Amino acid sequence: MYFESAAAVWHMEGHGPYVWAAYGITALVIILMLVMPLLRSRQMSRAIHTEERRRDLAQGRTSEEGQHAPEA
Amino acid sequence: MWTFVHKMGSPPWFYRFATIVIRWLLPTVLLALLAGSVWGLLYAPPDFRQGNSYRIIYIHVPAAVVALAGYYVMAIAGLVSLVWKIKMADTAMRAVAPVGAALTFVALVTGAIWGKPTWGAWWVWDARITSMLILFFLYLGVMALFEAYDDKAAAAKACAVLSLVGTVNIPIIYKSVDWWYSLHQPASIKFTGESAIDASMLYPLLLMIGAFYGLFALLVLLNMKAELLGTHRQSAWLRSELR
Repeated sequence: MYFESAAAVWHMEGHGPYVWAAYGITALVIILMLVMPLLRSRQMSRAIHTEERRRDLAQGRTSEEGQHAPEA
Repeated sequence: MWTFVHKMGSPPWFYRFATIVIRWLLPTVLLALLAGSVWGLLYAPPDFRQGNSYRIIYIHVPAAVVALAGYYVMAIAGLVSLVWKIKMADTAMRAVAPVGAALTFVALVTGAIWGKPTWGAWWVWDARITSMLILFFLYLGVMALFEAYDDKAAAAKACAVLSLVGTVNIPIIYKSVDWWYSLHQPASIKFTGESAIDASMLYPLLLMIGAFYGLFALLVLLNMKAELLGTHRQSAWLRSELR
């Protein structure tokens, strides 16, 4: 390791604020870019599941109704 | 080779392919980014002239390099979508745009932060920096243009044309430090001949460049998967995939 203490790592001979700000912003952007499509995918697949359940339910009901309904 | 290209155009095949690749790529990329950052921040020696501020290079250069390479990916996808009318190519083109914009943003912001202690200014209207800013607007332009059309087929066509026209900017960015008198330093790594950077600084940089390429691929695949989930909501293959 180049630095002697954690304080020296933080300070970086005066350049600490610049270096850490640059890394911090980059980390934030990367995390956002990773999380956004994952959240979107999860939302989409959840919507597909509910839609499917609703469709199954609706189909079940219509077939039942079909049995009981008088013929037109 | 051609059968592989053919398969890439099939949404169900691509969805499965992307799922497997993401499973491996995600941990690999995160580990490489972490290792490269720790190496660059703590173990690489400081620059004899710039001191510790140069450590920003380990994110600035990879982000800029991949933002440029990403533009080619977007433009080629645009070309494929224009010429062969392959739907997956347009999905790819649109998936690249936000990733490229984010990487260009990172390159610009880290460059500004690096510029302050090194040049004494956050921003200068230098050829390299200005052409990078244009790249950022090109990426945003492709994203905005797609949203501007109601007819999505026309939107994809317009985006493809814009991304192809925008490729003019890429060689300008590459050559800007040679063509104009510039504050920005010229490239330290060369494919031919000796690099102007010591091995102790070069290896973590190469690791970070590799990690950013991986990150780019990962983010594009994630975006494409999310897009496929939206557009193929009604497809039987997707329903069976999610079950």
